[in-house]
Amino acid sequence: MNLRGAGVSPGIGMGAAYVLTGAVPEPVAGSTYEGPPEPERERAVAALRQVAGELEACGNRAGGEAKEILKAQALIAEDPGLVVGVKALIDEGIAAPRAVYQAFAKYRDMLASAGGYLGERVADLDDIRDRVIARLTGHPLPAPPPDLGTGEPYVLIAIDLAPADTALLSKDVVAAFVTEGGGPTSHTAILSRAMGVPAVVACPGATEIPPGTRVLVDGNTGEVRLEPTESDVARHVSANDARRQRMTTGGPGRTRDGYLVQLLANIGGPGDLDGALAAGAEGVGLYRTEFLFLGRPEAPSVAEQEQAYRAALAAFPGGKVVVRTLDAGADKPLAFLPPAAPEPNPALGERGLRLFEKFPKVMDAQLEALSVAAAVDRAGAVRAGTAAAELQVMAPMVATAQEAKWFADACHTRGLPQAGVMIEIPAAALRAESLVTVVDFVSIGTNDLSQYTFAADRQSGALGSLQDPWQPALLDLVAMTATAAADNGKPCGVCGESAADPAMACVLVGLGVTTLSMGAAALPAVRTGLGAHTLDQCQLAAQAARGASTAAHARAAARSHLPGLVPLGV
Amino acid sequence: MAERKVTVAAEVGLHARPAATFVQTAVKAPMDITVTKGVGGTPVNGKSILQILGLDVRQGEDIVIRAEGEGADEVLDQLAAIAGTP
Repeated sequence: MNLRGAGVSPGIGMGAAYVLTGAVPEPVAGSTYEGPPEPERERAVAALRQVAGELEACGNRAGGEAKEILKAQALIAEDPGLVVGVKALIDEGIAAPRAVYQAFAKYRDMLASAGGYLGERVADLDDIRDRVIARLTGHPLPAPPPDLGTGEPYVLIAIDLAPADTALLSKDVVAAFVTEGGGPTSHTAILSRAMGVPAVVACPGATEIPPGTRVLVDGNTGEVRLEPTESDVARHVSANDARRQRMTTGGPGRTRDGYLVQLLANIGGPGDLDGALAAGAEGVGLYRTEFLFLGRPEAPSVAEQEQAYRAALAAFPGGKVVVRTLDAGADKPLAFLPPAAPEPNPALGERGLRLFEKFPKVMDAQLEALSVAAAVDRAGAVRAGTAAAELQVMAPMVATAQEAKWFADACHTRGLPQAGVMIEIPAAALRAESLVTVVDFVSIGTNDLSQYTFAADRQSGALGSLQDPWQPALLDLVAMTATAAADNGKPCGVCGESAADPAMACVLVGLGVTTLSMGAAALPAVRTGLGAHTLDQCQLAAQAARGASTAAHARAAARSHLPGLVPLGV
Repeated sequence: MAERKVTVAAEVGLHARPAATFVQTAVKAPMDITVTKGVGGTPVNGKSILQILGLDVRQGEDIVIRAEGEGADEVLDQLAAIAGTP
C-alpha cells in the first residue's frame, strides 16, 4: 500500500512507523469552577507562564533555527492580549481550561481566515493551547520517544507536529517525518529541512498506518510506501541520487529539442513569490486572490488589492503573471457576497464568475486594481529601463462562451488586454472552440475539471481513483481544449495538480498545452523531466495515454515513451 | 505622543524572527506601545505577538509605531530600527 502527500524536505528515509496520537481533548463548553475567581486566574496565568518557559528552554537546548522558532512560540504563550482574554473569561465564571481554549480560538480564527503563511501558524497555536490545557487538566501530552528500542531511527507520523515536538529530535532518532496536515511553510517543513530529515506533509491517511510497519518516505516525490520491497528501496534511493545530481533549477522550460514551454508557479499571495523565484519559475501561472477577501467584513480597497498584485508583477519583470479573479462560493462565504439561499451543494452553486454576475461592483474593483497595478508596473519598468511583466487576468467557474465573452469584454474595457477563462467545467471544455474565440487565452484547472467530469467530490478520499489525473476521459477534455486553442492561435495553460507530475507534464505538452503552472516545489523536477524528452516523445506519450482504457494503463503507457524519467527517479 | 513611521525591510515582513525580536523589545518598555499598519489603520498592542502577526505586515509595507512618556523616543528608535532591518 502506498500513500502520497507533498514532499517538503528532500531525501529518502526508512524505518518503523511510530504514530504520535493522543490529542488533548477540548475542554467541555460551559464548564465552571468552584470558589472565587482569583485562584483560578492565577492557575491559568501560571500554566501559560510555565509553558512559555518550557518552550524557551526546549529551544535553548535545540539551538539553531529551532531556538528562534520556539522563542516566538514562548512569546505567544505569554501574549498580553491572550492573558487578558483568559482572565476575562474566568471572571465570567468559565473554568481555566475552557477559558484558555476560548481565548486561543479568537486568534486561531484570525490566522486561519488569513490563510497562507498565517494559516499554517494555526497548528503552532493549537500546540501551545494544548500544552497549557494539559498542564491545567493533568492530561498527558503525547511526545515522540527518544527511540523505539530497536537502535534504529523511526518514521514519525502525526496529524501535525509542533516545533516543540521536533526541535529536540535529530537524524539519529528520526528517519523521516510524515504528517496529515501542514504545508510547505509549516514548521515541520522548515525544521525537517534544517535537520536534513526527509519529510512528507499533507498526506491523508498517514496516521492509520499500523505502528511498527516498515515505511519508506520519499521527500522528493511525496510518496510514502508501506513494507517496501528491496527493489522499491533500490529504486527510490538511486532515483534520489540521480535527482540530486541532475536537477536543474534554472533556465526556461523546454523539451530536449528546444520547444519552449513556460514553467510557472501557483501562488496564494505575495508571500509565495520568494519560493517561486527560488525554484526558477518564469512567472506566475495562477495567482489565487482569495487571501485578500477571506475573513473580511467588506471587500478590500482598490489600493490594497493593487499593492498585492503589483508585488507579483514586480517579481517577474518581462515574465507572465496570470491572476485569477475571486473564486469564492458558499463553501467560503464572504460577508459582502451573501449567498442568495443555502446551497446544499456548494461546488455546483453560485461561485466564481457566477457571483460576479450578481455583484458586479466587486469585479469592477478587482479589475480596476489589476489595471492600475499593470500601469504602475509598466511606468516603473520604463523609468528603470527594464521589461514590464505581462499581466493576464482569468475568471474561474466559466461554463459558456457567453459568460466568457462577458468577462473578457469587462477586462478589455478596463484596459486589461489579456483576458482569459479557466476551463474547469466539462461544458467549457466540450465547447472550447467557441470559448477560445472570445478570449485571449485559457487555462485548464484539472482538479475541478476532474471533479465535475467524474461527479466525484474533491474532498472525498474514497473517490480517489476517479480523481486520478490520468483518467483517459480527463485527458480527452484537455486534448479537446488544447487543440481548439492551438487552432485559434491562443495559449492554453494547465494550472492544476497534474502539471506537477513530471510524467503528466510531458503528456500535457504532448497534448498541446503551452504553459504549465504548479506549486513551486515541483518546478525543478518538471523542468528536468521535460528537458529529458523531445516534443515528439511527449506527443507519442500523450497518444499512448489517450489510447489506454484505465488511468493506470494510461500512466504506464505514457511512461513507456518517456524513458528519460527513469534515471531522474520521478 | 511620539511616533515613528517605518517601512518594514525584512524579506519575511513583520513575521517570524523580526516579529519576535520586535515584541521582545517592546515588552521591556514601561509604557504602552501601539503599531498601526499603513496610515489610518487600527492600532494594535505592540507587546502582543499575536496581534502583530495578525497585522500581516509584508516587506515594503509601512507601519506607524507610537508610544508616550519618558524614554518613548529611545524605545521608538529601537523598534523602528528592528522593523527597518532587512
